[in-house]
Amino acid sequence: MRTWLRLGNRLLFYLLVAFVVVYSVFPFYWAVISSFKPSDALFASNPSFLPLPFTLEHYKNVFLQANFGRNLLNSLVVAGGATLLSLVLGVLAAYALGRLPFPPRNAVLYLVLAMTMFPQISVLGGLFMLLRQTGLFNTHLGLILSYLLFTLPFTVWVLVGYFKGLPRELEEAAYVDGATPLQTLVRIMLPLTGPGLVTTGLLAFIAAWNEYLFALTFTVGDEVKTVPPAIASFGGATPFEIPWGSIMAASVVVTVPLVVLVLIFQHRIVAGLTAGAVKG
Amino acid sequence: MLTQRQVRLAWALVLPTLLVVVLVAGYPLAQVFYWSLFRADIAFVEPPEFVGLKNYLYLLQDPDFRQALWNTVKFTVISVSLETLLGLAIALVIHSNFKGRGLVRTAILIPWAIPTVVSAKMWQWMLHDVYGVINILGVKLGILSQKVAFLARPELVLPAIIAVDVWKTTPFMALLLLAGLQLIPEELYEAASIDGATRWQQFWTITLPLLTPALVVALIFRTLDALRVFDVIFVMSGVNPATRTLAVYNRQTLIDFQDLGYGSAISVAILVLIFLFVVAYMRTLGREALR
Repeated sequence: MRTWLRLGNRLLFYLLVAFVVVYSVFPFYWAVISSFKPSDALFASNPSFLPLPFTLEHYKNVFLQANFGRNLLNSLVVAGGATLLSLVLGVLAAYALGRLPFPPRNAVLYLVLAMTMFPQISVLGGLFMLLRQTGLFNTHLGLILSYLLFTLPFTVWVLVGYFKGLPRELEEAAYVDGATPLQTLVRIMLPLTGPGLVTTGLLAFIAAWNEYLFALTFTVGDEVKTVPPAIASFGGATPFEIPWGSIMAASVVVTVPLVVLVLIFQHRIVAGLTAGAVKG
Repeated sequence: MLTQRQVRLAWALVLPTLLVVVLVAGYPLAQVFYWSLFRADIAFVEPPEFVGLKNYLYLLQDPDFRQALWNTVKFTVISVSLETLLGLAIALVIHSNFKGRGLVRTAILIPWAIPTVVSAKMWQWMLHDVYGVINILGVKLGILSQKVAFLARPELVLPAIIAVDVWKTTPFMALLLLAGLQLIPEELYEAASIDGATRWQQFWTITLPLLTPALVVALIFRTLDALRVFDVIFVMSGVNPATRTLAVYNRQTLIDFQDLGYGSAISVAILVLIFLFVVAYMRTLGREALR
């Protein structure tokens, strides 16, 4: 009797686990198999749950007909640029805020913290005007700079935590050896924060890669547009014919690299997310 | 001597970041405040005219603004509560030890990693009124009596979008709560078991109270995100009044209607709303930290 009860409990538990997994993964799975089905199979009244029959036609369409390759490149430039800039500025600021005697330290930290909560929409009009006045409207640089609004505060906030965690003796030993603070940062502290840099860089990259509101508002035309607004406005030959196969193929192309990165850096990302959230 | 040099260095290191803050947040924000006092179009076709607080007075009686506020509140309350409950359940499941735990943890990261625009498009396809897998399966399994146009019916579109948001963001909630659960010492449960407490009692007397700080932080984070929701709504139903939230309405006034003055007033209103929430947040967290 007892063992039966336990077995039942266990079964129920694994059913629950299975449900969680299917619930999380199924929509992505459905997008993937939809992207491989020829159009008639896509619009069948009894769709197959496997990518059969199989075709690469939608992927060909995405890359040959639309300017999707260009959009991907734009996303890479913009997200990469915003990440690099955030990391460079973030490391400098975080080192000062985390390790140096610096009177208005808390005020600056609060300012940075306040910025992580800032609603993007509240500066949309102001940034729009600024970008137009400076000629940065519809440029990669304009998008990169506007993305610093959310990537930089996050980077600073998380890296301050990493810097604070390093032992004081390291720095002191460097000073005794006659190193300047800047040398100490570059030669001693920076190598030690490697994992922190990878995590924050990755999270900043993902945030910039996925950004939609600014990309939609500050760019026009495929030469500068990044992937999210491009996918959102994917149209067919006529307004009545939405190319679901191509949309799914494009979705898979932009998502797979992210999913792979997330899977590789799983543990660090979870640590980074929780650190960023719990502290900030 | 060294310290003085260090202070100067610290300023030099922080300066670029402060400049960026002024450039991308401070200055644009000042512009938004300034233009909210004007009647002006974003291209300055007409010369701007100073109108004082008129935009704000209009905002108080604007039925579209009220509807957007109400949609935002509905979206926030419903989606955050569902995410919290579901996230807690998932966190409790993954917290226990079982084979394939790492795999499950990986699986729930997938919705989080997918760009919001992409997940909105994926769900639009799944919710398609004729060819959507949800309709086809629903009818086949007898859950639906006939196919439903989820995204076209005014009473169903917001619930459908909330379901998508819940799918996408519950994992984040679950991970934050899992981190909280892992901080609770195992011995407490052992002691409680010896004292004869049931699983249910243990949950209410140990897990929930000790999880509260993590729960509060996660709730606040999700609420802040939900209050400024834009992507999923705009992609799935555009500027449809049935789902238009504050952020969507704000962008529509600023960019589509080109109304810099009134649009800026709405931006300020959103900022005030978020600010009030953040103050409440700081107070709660401050109290949590003092405990």
